[in-house]
Amino acid sequence: MSNLRILVATKRVIDYAVKIRVNAAGSAVETANVKHSMNPFDEIGTEQAIQIKEALAKSKTGTAEIVVVSCGPVKSQETLRTALAMGADRAIHVDSDEELQPLAVAKLLRAVVEKEKPDMVILGKQAIDDDSNQTGQMLAGLLNWPQATFASKVELGDKSMTVTREVDGGVETVKTPLPAILTTDLRLNVPRYASLPNIMKAKKKPLAKFTAADLGVDIKPRLQTLKIVEPAKRQGGKIVESVDDLVDKLKNEAKVL
Amino acid sequence: MFAKSFLQRATTARLPTLSAAARLNGLRATAVRYNSRSSYNAHVAGLTEEQEEFRQAVNRFSTEELAPRAQDIDRENTFPMDMWKKFGDMGLLGITVPAEYGGLGLGYLEHTIAMEEISRASGSVALSYGAHSNLCVNQINRNGSDAQKKKYLPKLISGEHVGALAMSEHTSGSDVVSMKLTAEKKGDKYILNGTKFWITNGPDADTLVVYAKTDLKAGPKGITAFIIEKGMKGFSRGQKLDKLGMRGSNTCELIFEDCEVPAENVLGKEGKGVYVLMSGLDYERLVLSGGPLGLMQNALDITLDYVHQRKQFGQVIGEFQLLQGKVADMYTKLNASRAYVYAVARACDSGHSSNRDCAGVILYSAERATEVALDAIQCLGGNGYINDFPTGRILRDAKLYEIGAGTSEIRRMLIGREFNKDYKN
Repeated sequence: MSNLRILVATKRVIDYAVKIRVNAAGSAVETANVKHSMNPFDEIGTEQAIQIKEALAKSKTGTAEIVVVSCGPVKSQETLRTALAMGADRAIHVDSDEELQPLAVAKLLRAVVEKEKPDMVILGKQAIDDDSNQTGQMLAGLLNWPQATFASKVELGDKSMTVTREVDGGVETVKTPLPAILTTDLRLNVPRYASLPNIMKAKKKPLAKFTAADLGVDIKPRLQTLKIVEPAKRQGGKIVESVDDLVDKLKNEAKVL
Repeated sequence: MFAKSFLQRATTARLPTLSAAARLNGLRATAVRYNSRSSYNAHVAGLTEEQEEFRQAVNRFSTEELAPRAQDIDRENTFPMDMWKKFGDMGLLGITVPAEYGGLGLGYLEHTIAMEEISRASGSVALSYGAHSNLCVNQINRNGSDAQKKKYLPKLISGEHVGALAMSEHTSGSDVVSMKLTAEKKGDKYILNGTKFWITNGPDADTLVVYAKTDLKAGPKGITAFIIEKGMKGFSRGQKLDKLGMRGSNTCELIFEDCEVPAENVLGKEGKGVYVLMSGLDYERLVLSGGPLGLMQNALDITLDYVHQRKQFGQVIGEFQLLQGKVADMYTKLNASRAYVYAVARACDSGHSSNRDCAGVILYSAERATEVALDAIQCLGGNGYINDFPTGRILRDAKLYEIGAGTSEIRRMLIGREFNKDYKN
């Protein structure tokens, strides 16, 4: 019989289908009037927590409480409501309008972990806005917990979990005791929709609010962004007349030979 | 930010031809979300935060579950029966029904928004959805006894059962009161004889609201509404109709040959069916107005993408004044229609239903939808005229709304007659 508490970290990001634009000053990506949604890898993390909870309930071997957390501006609460509508039990919003870099988020999450004492923290392997792929690993380091990253399969054991990881050239299977950090890869699961009744019910689920100061965390950025530029526009293709022509262009235009 | 490799497909091209790619790709993350660039403006639409959240949830559901299948559904003229359960699981089938019978307990505005968002993905599946969730479910909810609601609504709302409503007959369309289906009372049963025609969901329905004459001489006061179950003795269906549009929304004739219906299945009271019918038609016209809105939104979004990609004479065709004018007209027609539809829905939700306005919203939006669909075809040129592009389907689907739930002519007559009444009193 295991009674787990699972903490799931979620981030509000620009929706993946939106065409990204750099702002006029070249200092950041334009976020005003742009559709935002939950980071897809965090949706997968939320789904995984729900599947663990459902599996425990079905086999009558235990229970799980799912706590979702998001650090960021007030609008992050929309993301938390989405996770609650999917099936999380309660939410924690760490309110901050400041830029939050991975280390700051990891420290904020450590403070939440110390309050909540979860058996497992699930994070997306990366957020699709800054693609840092650091927060989970940093959190594991700060807590001195084991970590299983890029998970494509998770099996829960007795106070442990066995995780299949997607690594270069194949898959790796690791076993770790709990508590531990889990970061999700794309193929772990297919997240469910929040149904309309559950969206309505989610409004009544508890959502606690903190600030970085409440948690006693220094969130000052350690990195400075110098500039942001759009990727170079792709040149149109050319049809070459002959092999000689091709070799000439590779040598003299593309300068790759 | 710049390495969204697995999502790239969705961002680089949003043309409807992508539906094939989306089908091939099992990962939901790659589903086509062309709506993310949609011209829908929630602020102009005047939605509350909750209503916009509701709309986005339905939008996402129908974009991912339904839109990629719409072209096949049209070609094969077959309703995707697995959608009923999915609609049920999503909570879409009983929007206006109280929670105690399994519904959401929301209003007509939400129901209209759901109709709009499903129509954007597939006009025909949305029509079947409207027939089920409004014509059948909402009529039972408004007029049924507690026992009838407990018996029929939960399974209709979960998607286990399919619902329909039967009013028209082959000799009784606009002149609905001239219906000839008879219901003769014998003991604790009614014996129904006759036929119904053009019945949406007829081939698949488990539960049907059917209007019949219990008194042939009493005109409108001789009409009674019944709840029919598919297994009832003497009830059968004709073959599925081959329609111009709304293909995949299954339609057929219903045949009653000494069909025995228990007296407890009278919906409302004997002889009061015309009230059930006429008041139901108001809400039917309102909710179905979401259909033309969704079809227009889809037509506009397809057109906007197309005219900003297609180049002729060295520039994108959307920058030519003649096409700017067309796009502007399409956008304006859609938003004017939406403003009227939503305004009437809000009025209904605050207890001020008005039959001239329920007729007005579908009259106006349906005719605009046909125009906008024709404009979309024109903007797509040769591609608009081939069936690999969805604009032809949108046109064929849109035309139904000038005919179903009362023709445009009947709607105009009804609105004019309401003003005549005002001046008589």
